[in-house]
Amino acid sequence: MIANMDNPFSLSDKTVFITGASSGIGKAVALECSKMGAKLIVTGRNKDRLDETFRNLTGAGHLAVTADLTENEGINKVAEALPPLDGIVHCAGIYRLVPVSYINEEVVKEVLGTNFISPLMLTQQLLKLKKVNKNASIVFISSIAGSLVSSPGGSVYSASKGAVNGMIKGMALDLAPKGIRVNTVAPGTIQTNIFEESAVSKEQLDEDIKRYPLKRYGKPEEVAFSVIYLLSDAAAWITGSSMVIDGGFTLL
Amino acid sequence: MKIDDFVRSFSEVFEETENTGFTPLTRFRDIEEWSSLLALAVIAMVDDKYHIKISGNDLRDAHTVEDVFNIVQKKQAELLEGFRK
Repeated sequence: MIANMDNPFSLSDKTVFITGASSGIGKAVALECSKMGAKLIVTGRNKDRLDETFRNLTGAGHLAVTADLTENEGINKVAEALPPLDGIVHCAGIYRLVPVSYINEEVVKEVLGTNFISPLMLTQQLLKLKKVNKNASIVFISSIAGSLVSSPGGSVYSASKGAVNGMIKGMALDLAPKGIRVNTVAPGTIQTNIFEESAVSKEQLDEDIKRYPLKRYGKPEEVAFSVIYLLSDAAAWITGSSMVIDGGFTLL
Repeated sequence: MKIDDFVRSFSEVFEETENTGFTPLTRFRDIEEWSSLLALAVIAMVDDKYHIKISGNDLRDAHTVEDVFNIVQKKQAELLEGFRK
């Protein structure tokens, strides 16, 4: 691959670490980043599906690490195995809808743990181990839920994503002296299998799609393109921001 | 799991509707209070009381309380089958 010095959107010569890469948005982020020339370390819980992502990456020199990042052990294992990074993309996440009167501590811990605490503590470990290069870019996949909208039964999920959107502002300030940028991509509903076993039925999704001005849900690769932008040198002056990508949903 | 207990638990998900009128044959979608939020509440109740996870897609084919009961019972049986293996 020819290093494209004239293309500020290229990820050539960048080492990027992607969590949740075995499916959905994380998988699309991995595939698209590899097409843009990044050298990747992908991680996910499911070995078979992670291998499937890994086999489909463009270019050579990538690495796959199977790990459960909801456990400290998993976080430490991954953090120590990683080379110095130019980019981190936190895609691992879960979706739960529970009406507020049915919430229990278990659900709160599960959702906030996976969507907020784990990516935060993983980032903390990487910083402590000096695995994050100067001028690196850290991207969290959050959501329009939490900061802009929510949905019935969405209080815990929204809290977890709102927490991420708030956290990155403080983190961006802490890391600015090193030139490390921290941003989120905040998507509306993206067509992934996250809903397959969820409390939402297909009919509800079909009805929900009509509420999007662009009349469809987003595609995982469309989120990936925003991530690529934030990872690239083209976004060198963007930090602490949330990029909404929602087909116009929050306009109405 | 007894169907009478299940009908009671199901009826308790409703807050505006009189709980006493529920039977296994109650067509819950016809009840005025029924909504997508109540569907989430039924799913949460089943998880809470019976430790069975049903999805929105499981629920969409059910019309009577008994239909939901049967779904839960089937999932419970599958779970037990899995333990035996």
